Amino acid sequence: MLRAKLGALTPAIGAVGFVVLWWLVYRLGLVDPVLLPSPAESFRAIWDGFAGGALTRDFLITIKRTLAAFAIAVAVAVPLGILLGSSQRVYGSVEFVIDFFRSTPASAMFPLFLVILGVGEGTKIAVAAFGAALLILFNTAYGVMNARKTRQAAARVMGASRARVMVDVTLLESLPQTFIGMRAGISFALVIVIVAEMFIGSTDGLGQRVINAQMIFNMPEMYATIFAAGVLGYGLNLLFIVVERRFIHWGGK
Amino acid sequence: MNAPAPAAIRPPTEITIRGLAKSFAGQPLYAGFDLDLPKAQVTSIFGPNGCGKSTIINMVAGLVPMDAGEALFDGKRLRDTVIGYVFQNYREALFPWKRAIDNIKYPLKLAGRTAAECDARAEELVASFDIRFDLRRYPYELSGGQQQLVSIMRALAPQPEVLFLDEPFSALDYEMTLFMRDKLQDIFEATKTTMILVSHDLEEAVYLADQVILLTRRPTRIAEIVPFTAPRPRRPETLTSDAFVQAKARCLEVFQREVRK
Repeated sequence: MLRAKLGALTPAIGAVGFVVLWWLVYRLGLVDPVLLPSPAESFRAIWDGFAGGALTRDFLITIKRTLAAFAIAVAVAVPLGILLGSSQRVYGSVEFVIDFFRSTPASAMFPLFLVILGVGEGTKIAVAAFGAALLILFNTAYGVMNARKTRQAAARVMGASRARVMVDVTLLESLPQTFIGMRAGISFALVIVIVAEMFIGSTDGLGQRVINAQMIFNMPEMYATIFAAGVLGYGLNLLFIVVERRFIHWGGK
Repeated sequence: MNAPAPAAIRPPTEITIRGLAKSFAGQPLYAGFDLDLPKAQVTSIFGPNGCGKSTIINMVAGLVPMDAGEALFDGKRLRDTVIGYVFQNYREALFPWKRAIDNIKYPLKLAGRTAAECDARAEELVASFDIRFDLRRYPYELSGGQQQLVSIMRALAPQPEVLFLDEPFSALDYEMTLFMRDKLQDIFEATKTTMILVSHDLEEAVYLADQVILLTRRPTRIAEIVPFTAPRPRRPETLTSDAFVQAKARCLEVFQREVRK
């Protein structure tokens, strides 16, 4: 009984240990306190930031950009991925191009997008959407291509037309893989949005907040913002896992 | 080559295969292949590895294209015929995103039946199969035998003229296999649906069949058609009856002759 209760606490051990270690390093003065404030000070900055609304505002703006980029990526990449995946020959002909741009760091595309879209909201979202779309695209195409032939045959033999097989079987077969792409895509979109907020003439967002705090040496605020970005990334991932378990209950079975 | 039974007792034909040809990678598998499959009987197809037992039913069922030839169902084309097909790999044949009961109703929905008609037919099947597990579960929550039972119910739901079974019990344990054989026989007795069974288990092929079609090595021809007329329902005791032992021995003799060639 006690053992089971303690077992539930296992995941917390690492987190508590991390904070204790941080506190020890601070307390023993191993690192300049200007660079590493105490955990208490940092947590207060997080609290103040969210309670005061400044951090909340940047947090929400980053979420909004990330979701906008993700939505565009899904809207473009999922239908395109299905189209590409449903024909081996079409996919074969564009596989190299997709692989190439997928391997190209999306951040290297910033200057290009800046030239096309200018310094503004559009560029940040567009680059993030571009990177996320490629991840979603090839995962969706892969899912469609690897749909189980037996299931498609089962539907066909029951009299399903090609279109019906596509909608009733192939699309559902591809969903687990599409979701893997979407989960990777949204994490990636967040990375690009934060980088864009740091360096592309931004006046808001978590990225801009981190770099501002760093420039004025407000370390508690910087740590608070980094922590907020971590919460966001972790939360998005968790959300996807929950949605995935709920809607793709058959995945891996 | 194809030894026909005397016309008087010959049952009407369900499937006529004429001039069937199929090659894989330039190697002919079938060439000018003719076969008649009788209506309202169980026909087993048995032969050496790689002789195309599954390929032939896949071609007739429209899952694999023929290079030449045709298969007619009571004179009709495949697209005008309702068929059922039970795959060996039930895990990959059922739709895991649908509950078992919705898997069973799927071919009815495809045929444009109303929800009420689907429900009625599903209930009928549940009653005739004497199902004692929860069909609202998802396939992956069921045992292998239960899943294959759901597959068979799905195949039978639209009342097919012909039921194809491709090694349907080979992934099940022996106990389940015996149970499923009896289940399949009961269904046959009740519906007299024409059944074409591909099996790699000679005991099963003979036990269930009215006739066993023995195929040669490729290029595949019919080596012999062995009838097995023991009365139904056949039960495990049938396996030790003289008629069964003789029919199986004859099949084995032909099979070994063909394998050694």
